[in-house]
Amino acid sequence: MSDAALTPPRQRGALSHIGYVLRSNPVTMVAFGLLGLILFVGVFGPAIAPYDPLASNAANALQPPSAAHWFGTDNLGRDVFSRVLVATRLDLIISVAAVALSFVIGSVLGALAGYYGGIADKVVSRALDTIMAFPLFVLAMGIVAAMGNTIENIIYATAIINVPFYARVVRAEVNIRRDAGFAQAAKLSGNTDWRVLALHIFPNALPPLMVQVSLNMGWAILNAAGLSFIGLGVRPPTPEWGIMVAEGAQYIVSGEWWLALFPGLALMLAVFTFNLLGDGLRDMVDPRMRT
Amino acid sequence: MSLVSIKNLAVAFQTRKGEVNAVRGVSLELERGETLAVVGESGSGKSVTSYALMRILDRGGRIKAGDVTYSGIDLRKATERAMRDIRGREISMIFQNPRSALNPIRKVGDQIANVLVQHRIATRQTAKAKAIEAMEAVRIRDAEQRYSAYPFELSGGMCQRIVIAMALACEPRLLVADEPTTGLDVTTQKTVMDLVADLIKERGLSAILITHDLGLASAYADRVVVMQNGVIVEEGASEMMLVRPHHPYTQKLVAATPRKGAGVRDLLPEEARTPLPDKRPVGAPILQVRRLRKTFGAGANAVEAVKGVSFSIGEGESVGLVGESGCGKSTTSSMVVRLLDPTSGEILFRGDDLATIPASRFTRDKRRGGIQMVFQDATDSLNPRHTSARSIEDPLIRLSTLSRAERAAKVAETAALVGLPEHLLSRFPHQLSGGQKARVGIARAIVLEPQLLILDEPTAALDVSIQALVLNLLVDLQAKLGMSYLFVSHDLGVVRLLTDRVIVMRGGEIVEEGATADVMDRPSHEYTKSLIEAVPQPRMIPAEPLSANAAAG
Repeated sequence: MSDAALTPPRQRGALSHIGYVLRSNPVTMVAFGLLGLILFVGVFGPAIAPYDPLASNAANALQPPSAAHWFGTDNLGRDVFSRVLVATRLDLIISVAAVALSFVIGSVLGALAGYYGGIADKVVSRALDTIMAFPLFVLAMGIVAAMGNTIENIIYATAIINVPFYARVVRAEVNIRRDAGFAQAAKLSGNTDWRVLALHIFPNALPPLMVQVSLNMGWAILNAAGLSFIGLGVRPPTPEWGIMVAEGAQYIVSGEWWLALFPGLALMLAVFTFNLLGDGLRDMVDPRMRT
Repeated sequence: MSLVSIKNLAVAFQTRKGEVNAVRGVSLELERGETLAVVGESGSGKSVTSYALMRILDRGGRIKAGDVTYSGIDLRKATERAMRDIRGREISMIFQNPRSALNPIRKVGDQIANVLVQHRIATRQTAKAKAIEAMEAVRIRDAEQRYSAYPFELSGGMCQRIVIAMALACEPRLLVADEPTTGLDVTTQKTVMDLVADLIKERGLSAILITHDLGLASAYADRVVVMQNGVIVEEGASEMMLVRPHHPYTQKLVAATPRKGAGVRDLLPEEARTPLPDKRPVGAPILQVRRLRKTFGAGANAVEAVKGVSFSIGEGESVGLVGESGCGKSTTSSMVVRLLDPTSGEILFRGDDLATIPASRFTRDKRRGGIQMVFQDATDSLNPRHTSARSIEDPLIRLSTLSRAERAAKVAETAALVGLPEHLLSRFPHQLSGGQKARVGIARAIVLEPQLLILDEPTAALDVSIQALVLNLLVDLQAKLGMSYLFVSHDLGVVRLLTDRVIVMRGGEIVEEGATADVMDRPSHEYTKSLIEAVPQPRMIPAEPLSANAAAG
């Protein structure tokens, strides 16, 4: 109807749009609040930790949570609270780097496959199917085991197992828009195929990609922690949620539950937060949500 | 007692911007055996009224007030269970897009059989035979073989027949047809509508025909109701509606409907008619197409879409390219605009053969700006992530040497030229109406001042009153800028208004070519004749329906 045409011109910037998305959905608001908390701890964790996460104190080992040690102490007398805080940064770095890598690689591969089709599509799609054919965690284990037990290799392994998800989403989104009117119009405007793909078609795949990113962030954290849990990945005594759960697990039977519980809760909270972000992120990058 | 009685119906939708009143107090009566047409443009509430009758409103929509009764049953109070029984068995509906109304992965016959079994018209054993009977009733030849066809294997018209067969399978008493022929070719439209009209008469049905096409409504309905912004503005016998429309909105609609004898300015409301600009004389040929051929696929699967067509367009000339879907007109225009590489042939643009330059390289060619195109679907042809200004500016960024400030000035100037208010330039496509999007698309195409503009059904998705504005805009732009037009369309009424010469294509070949008036009034080829005859002939539609003094124009 013509109502829209009659309202006075109103320019809305990206910031106010983000504000609108946050206000319109309380879940998104909560998710972004939690994300802010996690990022804050990631940046300032070492500064706000009450104790040195690596300092052991045999006299004070395996103490239950108390006012001095909120999350208790571990078998070497290290403060679990400080270790959980400090571990945030490492886990975030691993998951963000892995997701960023798989986002870029997956987008490029998927975009090429979706736009050019034919041979490019066949090669890319079958290669991705090959990756998907492996149990992904086992594949990640194999990569880390073969390439060596370093943080970079955890990142690469996590990135590789996530590439197919991005590539498939992008391939489908690009493919349906390959012959869209606006892509043809862009060609008539003097855009080369590359430009049409990168500047006109690909950005339209962003909303579903954002959902993928948020889910993947959770997986990536779980994957990194899982690798560390089974002893492939971050090595002790570096504080990392996965190792802490692994090391604490053996004490659960003897009643020292706090060693594994608190890092596990931190892990859960992080995964939960990233999974909740999806809808909000999608709405933020979707211009159609602007009214 | 009338079959359907709607009293003071009000329907509201809950949206982000608050409550939108789509229907505001509509009252209608439908007698048994009567065909009623509900006519209106998009947003008039015509479809919502029928959805409220069937109680199939979208989520967020609800009937706020009013009574809806069907042969004495209060449909607002009926249980969902009772409604399920009424839908299909008593009231049936035909939707706009037949392809999307059919399940793509099931055989069409099975889909009909399924409906029969569900409504207990047939048992599993007899379903197939009954379904074939139903298909024969809608004049599908070789119904037994077609039973096992999937929707994608059938043409649009054939799919619509299947949908009609499904709608009529349970012998309903009321048929609601929501834009049943939109998107179909004009000849298919005629056969489908004739079929529906025959079936209605044969079975003594009542029908509600929802359409934006006043011509179609008056040709097939007994009575017409005109809706605007959720209210009925006029109601009457269909003949009278066209001869003496009373309400200003109906007058505007009648005037905007292309018809024989009316010029392009006659489509506008009287107060908006400006003198028609002087037609520039047609100059030397700007485009010469010679033996253009396009084959898709190779070997045994090769399909020859265009079989060696030759034509030319003079400077400042408007040439229409008409034909039904699949005739090769879109393939031809894609090749001329250099989005598609021809298999063989020449495309001489101001003497240079462009066919030798691959389409992927031509995007960076300096002659790229000389040939531009206005796309069929304005929504689809605008990048959803770009504002109007960015969309219009795009060709300038790539193909001109203007500075940022100069580009902004050029965008503003072009927007003004196509009548796009400046404050709409910062909007995204989804914030614009259909007519505004069409203007953005036209502005983008002419911002580089092309010599040849290809128009691919630029008004097919628009309401008639918006179509009238856009057609006039195109005429004015041509006079101002001296462009040549290649107007690709299946709508002969529009082609007649806009073009000097017309080329009729069928099966990849040109079957007739000549001055528009000659071809339209004295078609020599049988195919052209059938195309022209298929245009709905409203009963008694006069050339000058409004008043005698409307001749000034």
